[in-house]
Amino acid sequence: MEVTGSTIRAWQRGVILLFVALLAALTFAGGATAAHADEVGGQYPFQFSGNVKNDGKALAGVKISVSGNGYSAEVKTDEKGRWQIGVPSKGSYSVALDESTLPKGIIVVQGSNPIVAEFGKTTDKTVNFFLGVGEKQTTSFGQELIDRIVTGLSFGLLLALAAIGLSLIFGTTGLNNFAHAEMVTFGALATLTLAVDLAWPLWLAILAAIILSAVFGFVLDAGIWAPLRRKGIGLIPAMIVSIGLSLALRYLYQYLYGGSTRQILGSASANIQFGLISISPFNIASMTISVVAVIGIAFFLLRTRLGKATRAVSDNSSLAAASGIDVDRVIRIVWVMGGALAGLSGILFAFYRPGVSWDMGFQILLLIFAAVTLGGLGTAFGALVGSIVVGLFIEVSTLWISPDMKDVGALVILILVLLVRPQGILGRKERVG
Amino acid sequence: MVDFWQIIQNASVELISPTTAAYALAALGLAIHFGFTGLINFGQAGFMAVGAYGFGISTLTFHFPVWAAVLTGIGASIVLALLLGVPTLRLRADYLAIVTIAAAEIFRLVVSTPNAGPITGSADGLSGYKTGFAALNPIPPGTYGFGPFTMNEYDLFLRLVAWTVVILCCLLAWQLMRSPWGRVVKGIREDEDAVRALGKNVYFYKMQSLILGGVFGSLAGIIFILPRAIVPSNFATTLTFFVYTVLLLGGAATILGPVIGSIIFWVTLSAVSGFVARAQEAGWFPGMSSVQAGQTRFIVVGVVLMLIVIFRPQGVFGNKKELAFVK
Repeated sequence: MEVTGSTIRAWQRGVILLFVALLAALTFAGGATAAHADEVGGQYPFQFSGNVKNDGKALAGVKISVSGNGYSAEVKTDEKGRWQIGVPSKGSYSVALDESTLPKGIIVVQGSNPIVAEFGKTTDKTVNFFLGVGEKQTTSFGQELIDRIVTGLSFGLLLALAAIGLSLIFGTTGLNNFAHAEMVTFGALATLTLAVDLAWPLWLAILAAIILSAVFGFVLDAGIWAPLRRKGIGLIPAMIVSIGLSLALRYLYQYLYGGSTRQILGSASANIQFGLISISPFNIASMTISVVAVIGIAFFLLRTRLGKATRAVSDNSSLAAASGIDVDRVIRIVWVMGGALAGLSGILFAFYRPGVSWDMGFQILLLIFAAVTLGGLGTAFGALVGSIVVGLFIEVSTLWISPDMKDVGALVILILVLLVRPQGILGRKERVG
Repeated sequence: MVDFWQIIQNASVELISPTTAAYALAALGLAIHFGFTGLINFGQAGFMAVGAYGFGISTLTFHFPVWAAVLTGIGASIVLALLLGVPTLRLRADYLAIVTIAAAEIFRLVVSTPNAGPITGSADGLSGYKTGFAALNPIPPGTYGFGPFTMNEYDLFLRLVAWTVVILCCLLAWQLMRSPWGRVVKGIREDEDAVRALGKNVYFYKMQSLILGGVFGSLAGIIFILPRAIVPSNFATTLTFFVYTVLLLGGAATILGPVIGSIIFWVTLSAVSGFVARAQEAGWFPGMSSVQAGQTRFIVVGVVLMLIVIFRPQGVFGNKKELAFVK
């Protein structure tokens, strides 16, 4: 029997159609299937998917990556341009398209890349990139470096606000306050509630959130730490109490606000160009606010009577008490300041990430500790220097190492510095052994 | 109506569960560090993770037999203890705290990166390493036990092994703390300089203590992963804090304290979350969702940790004369 060419083609077409239909069925079955080249994380409840097309033509083999909330994954699009990535938790993720895997002359022309995507009410979310013909403006290494330095400074300065508060508290009371993370989160959550849920104007919400954070610091000291100091609790038991407080507050936030990440502001605005430096309005605002706050603290510590008293208590609290300084009052003021600074830091961090979530403070707690230790335990200006070093290192290191490893780099640096200079960068050389 | 009998049954499962054994062992390691020697180790989750990954990776990637995989886990924890101890044990106590907490996080972040995926399974973790352990099981297949303690042969074997390890480690720690070695170590906790003045090498004693507690931690990590899969997010800093809660519940400077603490911790946790979940279903807490009901137990853990430290720092079993905390 002779088989004609056309029947072979028809037979082949049938198989291919069947195969495509199967593939489509598997893809849309939503994850219970084995992993394909175009689909990872099928076992997770939340799915990102999309379709990469240029001028109606599907592009295969384009690399898409999703990262965020401590998770990352990447896939290549199939021959229909489709991709799907499952993620373990709801929240905000950054979805990036690797433009080097696009055909020559085609780039992402509209919207941002990476896109920050979040799940709404459903468990799946479609993310599409707008492609078109164009020339990619390649940023030079120098340009990239400058961008990273600017972002790093901005992050370092917001870290410094929390670190200075932590350092002042450590200096005056000797407490390693693990609940400082929750004071950071408090500022962001307060802003979220006021600005989004109650629809206050943003500036008013931020101002009120800072005041609330200061009140929170006052309440923590008056309600927990002052009675414990009077009880004569040791430093290590106090540290463990702060761990318990941190756990309780963190899960209380999760109880009240849920596990998702919410945004305070919808969209980011375009960057402003200063000669070589392209900088986002948020970064300008954040750095200005941080610098003003830091100068304020410096003025307070160096020029005012109360600031001098604070430094005296830090140095030697018994001697300070003997020379007529009201140590309890100084400590109370330090807690109020620490609360306000941590709250402000949390607000800035909410815009930096971007997003507000119940454990955002805990995510940077170790970096704050690293900054304080790097700069020298208990020295306010050391905390500033340490924070800027940590912030710069984290951002600049992403030029060479993968972004999900950037915190690792900062922590390794912390350990290395402790090996060489245990008293920290600005710490006084004293016996710490 | 809330079915209290069901809640009690569910909670009593935790009395002998392998997770309870794992927490008891991890807390015993921490008792050696923190309770007896006065080392503030905030990286016990790291020691557990190193043990778990050492066991899992050597089984899956290098096809080690079970005994070699366990030795790999133990060896990995010794290496970690040396890495942490050499630079920090000469410094003030809080430096060890910061370095251990940082090292535990570094390990967790490194094993979760996608680049490490082929070996560590990145964020998904590892599974399928239990066949070797299950093959050692001499118990014939079947159903054993009664009431809430009904289990299959693997679960029974796992519980027997887990609690045998816990008992052996308790005996070892008990004998060690009665020995001259134990007296030196407790002396270091009370007054490092005095011990140094007696001609003891404080640094070496601290290092030995760090290694011993770390090995207990890695064994705890291996027991911890045998009833489940290895997931990196299980080994976050919160795990260390839970182990501290267990330790302080029982008494920091006691041998049986960690075991009793772990049993109290898990039975209470199960009872509290079981009660809240069922009471929420029955409508006792208006305005609380079922997700929120699941989260209340962690709030309870935090509050309980604070209350113990403030009102009963020596724990349930501790002796107030023996200082529960280093100064």
